[in-house]
Amino acid sequence: MPTDAQNTPHNAPALEFKSSTFSVPVLVLSSDDFVIIEQQLQKKTQLAPDFFKNSPVVFDVQWLNKQNLALDIKTLAAIIRKAGLLPIGIRGGNDAQNKHALELGIPVYSVHNSLAAEPKKAEAAPQKTAESPVVPATKVETTLITHPVRSGQRLYAEGDLIILAQVSAGAEILAEGNIHVYGSLRGRALAGVQGNTGARIFCSQLAAELISIAGIYKISEDMRDVVRDKPVQIYLQEHALIIKEIT
Amino acid sequence: MARIIVVTSGKGGVGKTTTSAAIAMGLAKRGHKTAVIDFDVGLRNLDLIMGCERRVVYDFINVINGEASLNQALIRDKHCDQLYILPASQTRDKDALTQEGVGKVLEELSKDFQYVVCDSPAGIERGAHLAMYFADDAFVVTNPEVSSVRDSDRMLGLLSSKSRRAERNEEPIKEYLLLSRYAPDRVKLGDMLSVDDVQDILSLHLLGVIPESKSVLTASNSGVPVILDDKSDAGQAYADIVARYLGEDKPHRFIDEKKGLLAKLFGGK
Ligand SMILES: Nc1ncnc2c1ncn2[C@@H]1O[C@H](COP(=O)(O)OP(=O)(O)OP(=O)(O)O)[C@@H](O)[C@H]1O
Ligand SMILES: [Mg+2]
Repeated sequence: MPTDAQNTPHNAPALEFKSSTFSVPVLVLSSDDFVIIEQQLQKKTQLAPDFFKNSPVVFDVQWLNKQNLALDIKTLAAIIRKAGLLPIGIRGGNDAQNKHALELGIPVYSVHNSLAAEPKKAEAAPQKTAESPVVPATKVETTLITHPVRSGQRLYAEGDLIILAQVSAGAEILAEGNIHVYGSLRGRALAGVQGNTGARIFCSQLAAELISIAGIYKISEDMRDVVRDKPVQIYLQEHALIIKEIT
Repeated sequence: MARIIVVTSGKGGVGKTTTSAAIAMGLAKRGHKTAVIDFDVGLRNLDLIMGCERRVVYDFINVINGEASLNQALIRDKHCDQLYILPASQTRDKDALTQEGVGKVLEELSKDFQYVVCDSPAGIERGAHLAMYFADDAFVVTNPEVSSVRDSDRMLGLLSSKSRRAERNEEPIKEYLLLSRYAPDRVKLGDMLSVDDVQDILSLHLLGVIPESKSVLTASNSGVPVILDDKSDAGQAYADIVARYLGEDKPHRFIDEKKGLLAKLFGGK
C-alpha cells in the first residue's frame, strides 16, 4: 500500500546505496584476430537485434592472456560498441589492459569467482581457433523470469528459459535451449531457435498461440483439444512436434 | 514526497477519467492533499467531470512551457479544499508534452501534495507513455471484455519495462486492477467476462469492481465526481477502492447479480 507518502518526511535522504545482483552476458574471447571477432560478433547480434541492442556486456580476456595473446582493449571496446553492445566490464585482463579499460570508463572485474572464463574445451578443441573466437558464456546459463510476460513483450534467452509466471497472449518467448513455464502459456513459445532439435518446452497449462522447436511449429488451431489447458511437455520426434501431457 | 498514481488502460472509453476524478476526490476527502492532472491533450474531459470547465485559465501545457506558474494553473475544487485540478489544453498539439516538462511539473507538485493522480489518455502513444512514466502506482482500468483485457495486459507490459522505475532498476510500479462497468447479469448470460476470468488472464491484484451504473452519467452531467453520490452503487464502489488502496480491509461488493424484484418477492435464486 502507499507507504512512501506516509513515511517519507521532507528531509528524506537524497540517495542510498543498495546491493543488487544483475545478470549480464559475458563475452569470452578465444581469438586475437579483430576481423574475425568483429564478423562473428555481428553475426551473433543480428540473430536477435532487439535483444542485443544496447545490451550491457562484460568481456573476458583471461584465456587469451594465458596464451600470451594480449588484445588491445581500445580496439576491442570499439568493436563491441559497433555491434550495438555496451561494454561495462573487463575480466581477466593484464595490468596494461586494465589500465586502458579504466581510461575508457570500463570497470575491472576479478576472475576469482568466475566459472566459465575458459572457452569450453569440447567446442574449442576440434575447430581451429580462427573459427570459434567468440563463445558467450551465457550459452550455458539459465535465464530466470519471475514476473508475468505481458502482451507485446518479447524475451530471448541464449540458454534455457524458466518463467515462474504466466506468458500472456500476444507475448513471445524464445530460447536457444529449453523453455519452462510454471504458469499458463498463452503466447508464442519458440525453443531451440538456433537449431537445437533436442530442446523441449514444458508448461503447466498449454494455451499457446504458437509453439516451435528448432523451427518446426504448430499453431493453436492445430493443437488437439485433449492437451489444451493441460500440463504438457513438447519435443521433436523424427521431425514431428509431439505434445504430451505430463501426468 | 507525493505518491504518483497513473490511471491507465490502453483501450479508450473504459472509465479512466471517471475513475481519476473519483479517486482523487476520495483521497482528498480523507484529508490527503491531492492533485489530479489531465494528460489527454486536445480532448480535455477531466474538467467537465470535475465541474470546473468554466474556471480554466491556464493549463498543463502553459505550465510546461513556462507561460504560467503551477499555482496559477491549478484549480481548487469547489467541493473539497484539499483537491486541485490541472486541466489539459484543448488547443495545443500533443507534442507540447515533453518528458522533461512533465517531470518538472510532477516534481514541483510532489513537494506539497500527498497524491498526484494522472488521468491517462487512451492508447500507448506519447501522452499515455508520459502519464505512466513517473508513476509509483498504476490503476489499470479494465472492462470485462476480451479486447479491453488484452489492452490492459499490453499496458502492464509497458509499465514494467518502459517506466522510470523500470529504467532505473528500482522497485517496480505497484499495479492494481479496477474492473469497471461490470454487469453481473450480463456475465451470467455469457456476454461479459467474469471477475475470475479477468483475474485469471491478468493475474493482478484486484482493487475493486465498479458496477455499470446510471449514476455515473448523472454525475458527469452535473460535474460532480460520482464518489460524492454516496447513495449510488458506483460511488460506494469507488469509496471502497480508495479505502482498500489506503490499506483498509473491505470485502468486495457488486460482483454478484443483484436479485431482481421478482426473485426478491418470491425468494428465488
Ligand atoms: N461504471 C460506469 N457505469 C456506466 N457508465 C460508465 C461507467 N464508467 C464510465 N462510464 C461511461 O463511459 C464513458 C467513458 O468514460 P470515461 O470518459 O471515464 O472513460 P475514459 O477511459 O477516460 O475514456 P477516454 O479513453 O476517451 O479518455 C462515459 O460516457 C462514462 O459516463
Ligand atoms: Mg479520459
